Amino acid sequence: MTNQSQGKEPTMTEITSGPGTSVAAPAPRWSRERILSLLLDQSTLIVFIAMLVIAMLLTDRFYTFENFTNIMRQCVPLGVVSLGLLFVILTGGIDLSVGSLMAIVSVVVALSIPTYGLFGALILGLLTGTFFGAISGVLVAYFRIAPFIATLAVMTIARGAGLIISKGQPEFINDDGFNDFGVASFLGLPTTVYVLLICFAVALFLYKKTVFGRLVISIGSNEVATRFAGIRVERYKFGVYVISGFACAVAGIIASTRTGVGSPILAIGFELDAIAAVVVGGASLAGGRGRVFNTIIGALILSVISNVMNLMNIPGYHQQVVKGIIIVLAVLLESLKLRLSSRS
Amino acid sequence: MHSPAIVIEGVKKHFGGVRALSDFNLKVEKGTIHAIVGENGAGKSTLMKILSGIYTRDAGRILLDGEEVHFETPQQSREKGVGIVHQELALSPDLSVAENIFLDDLGRGRPLVDWKAINARAGELLKSFGFPIDPRRRTGDLTVAYQQMVEITKSLARDVNILILDEPTAVLTTPEIDLLFDNLRRLKAKGVTILYISHRLEEIFRIADGITVVKDGVTVCDLDPATCSENDIITAMVGRELKSLFPEKLPPQGEPLFEIRRLTRRGVIEDIDLVVRKGEIVGLAGLIGSGRTEIAECIFGLARYQQGEMIKNGRKVSVAHPADAVAQGIGLVPENRKEQGAVLPMGIDANMTMSRLGGVSRFGVIRHGYEQTLTQRLREQLRIKLGKLSDPVMSLSGGNQQKVVLAKWLNVGCDFLVFDEPTRGVDVGAKSEIYNIIHRLAEEGKGLLVISSELPEVIGLCHRVYVMADGRIAGELTGDELSEERIMSLAIPKRSIQ
Repeated sequence: MTNQSQGKEPTMTEITSGPGTSVAAPAPRWSRERILSLLLDQSTLIVFIAMLVIAMLLTDRFYTFENFTNIMRQCVPLGVVSLGLLFVILTGGIDLSVGSLMAIVSVVVALSIPTYGLFGALILGLLTGTFFGAISGVLVAYFRIAPFIATLAVMTIARGAGLIISKGQPEFINDDGFNDFGVASFLGLPTTVYVLLICFAVALFLYKKTVFGRLVISIGSNEVATRFAGIRVERYKFGVYVISGFACAVAGIIASTRTGVGSPILAIGFELDAIAAVVVGGASLAGGRGRVFNTIIGALILSVISNVMNLMNIPGYHQQVVKGIIIVLAVLLESLKLRLSSRS
Repeated sequence: MHSPAIVIEGVKKHFGGVRALSDFNLKVEKGTIHAIVGENGAGKSTLMKILSGIYTRDAGRILLDGEEVHFETPQQSREKGVGIVHQELALSPDLSVAENIFLDDLGRGRPLVDWKAINARAGELLKSFGFPIDPRRRTGDLTVAYQQMVEITKSLARDVNILILDEPTAVLTTPEIDLLFDNLRRLKAKGVTILYISHRLEEIFRIADGITVVKDGVTVCDLDPATCSENDIITAMVGRELKSLFPEKLPPQGEPLFEIRRLTRRGVIEDIDLVVRKGEIVGLAGLIGSGRTEIAECIFGLARYQQGEMIKNGRKVSVAHPADAVAQGIGLVPENRKEQGAVLPMGIDANMTMSRLGGVSRFGVIRHGYEQTLTQRLREQLRIKLGKLSDPVMSLSGGNQQKVVLAKWLNVGCDFLVFDEPTRGVDVGAKSEIYNIIHRLAEEGKGLLVISSELPEVIGLCHRVYVMADGRIAGELTGDELSEERIMSLAIPKRSIQ
């Protein structure tokens, strides 16, 4: 128990840096430290590449064009949701409602295509996801409910609402354009992959170039100091949940283009995969740290793992165990990185 | 031969460039109550932490009962019979009194807890000190004074022969203080040696057998409460030469820039009237807890107040959020730089522009090139020593971090700035630079309100000083009236009945 009373507090950062001390040691271009720090910096990508190599050794069915398109197709909903979730996690929050939102959006789209047409149904679906995201945002930002609890409530509500409006039944979609989108290809790539690429570009732009991205990171790094800088922190915290809700809507629509069904039980437990993807991508659940590119890699890593295990005919129960272990390893690697970088 | 209970000789302690203790000497006889007095930051708490094993000393000797000791951990200190009651109580409110007392060894060496024995033993202890407390009660239900008794009992539960109390009366009312003092006298009669740290002088005269005055980490003198006066203590506490750290004061320009009228925040500050003119540096002095920071919180929209108004440039302003304050051109350089002032892991440039990102962006998109030019200019203006502008603020020294916080407000174009302890944890060189910057801001016609516990800083820097005591403004001093003695005598609360 140290008491924080008066007195000269020891300051840990009493480094009196002279002018240009940090440029004083021009490291050789490929010094050991530099290579090490580069490796650590890109550890997510390296893990991914290592995984591809291991996959090749484990099964010869992995390196086929067909399998690659398959992985990409599977990866799209997870990638889109993880990108939205990344912004929530950057603020130090969490969104558990992502799977439920995908489900209710798929149901809303399926039910409204006959009445409002494809275009109207898509708009309605996107609005639904955004709306539920906004509810989480209001609860977290303005009513100051812990994100875990607020989004847990929204998760339950959205799942229930989806079951109510669909009467608990899957709703088949009779729209060829819609269903084709999920299986078609364009320029050799599945069409849905282009949606992921667009989402990636938008997320990267938000993260790197905008005031919004800058402040989201700042809030996650130190919410108090950000408020002390005169920022209306609540607005940005609200905003990230809206983004996450919108991303879930996109993912929900894409998921139902693949199956041709609006299902109230779509994506159960999906929040765990999405959180895992963001964390495997190196983001900190405490906020402030995380990258857009690595999040996509994180989603790819998870998709490749399940793909390889499917190819090897590993049963689903075993897959869960392996997935869990890989998440633990990823987080251990992150904390190891932090310790190494703080030592230097 | 009998030896004194505590002997401290030439103890030194540095934190980076900051000298917390440079020559501390103390001798306390067994079974006496000895007071240590000094201004905020004089080194009292550092000494206490050394005695309790939280810090280790850099040099010097400490002898307890004639035996030299060197504590590396709090456990070692406890084993030697040193007990500490901190200013802020460290009890678990949901546990029972007995559980709190024996928290560090509930099973008394065994894995299972014998509740009967624990409660009985706690009851005995409480009784032997004359504390009328049921050991089975939930600690959080007790009043603060009784919680403090629990805390004292906890320290004394192990064989304690030296008890250190840090500002024990800060949380107590007058009758509770009487009770505490009765108990301390009883402990003293039992042969416990008590170190009593406080800056409330009238209490010291009531309870202490000896007084040691600390100033700037040096023990200045020992006084005998039977023969000395309050003034002797104050003079000893503050009597020091003013270093030429401060630029020469220029006359303020006269026109009122910022005013507070009859501001009341229930239970914290009452009826505050305050004015800052253009080009004026106004000090807000007072002891910790006197309500200085709370005023700053109201000005900056961090706390609500029940009554009063604020006027800036002749217009009434309402500030409900820091964003409102910034929009009105009000900036705050907060007390706690690491938690409130800067976002340490983020870039220096990003921290500088944070409060006015609209100025470096178009349609919400940041113009990086322009941001670089702008932050480079601020960097040169404040002479911040750094490697790259994109380096995290964390990589800078305390003084340079503080300059980044300042740069943020200069970038916004604030014309009224509140500084809360602007030079805490900053070395002397950076200190004088910060003083120069504050001075230059005044020259430009900005209004500045400086909250500080360091009296030389307040006197050397400010045109005018408000002194606070117990949530009120106890007095206002200008020009030649500014002296450490005058400020201290206003700042020490005159505790009446209640």
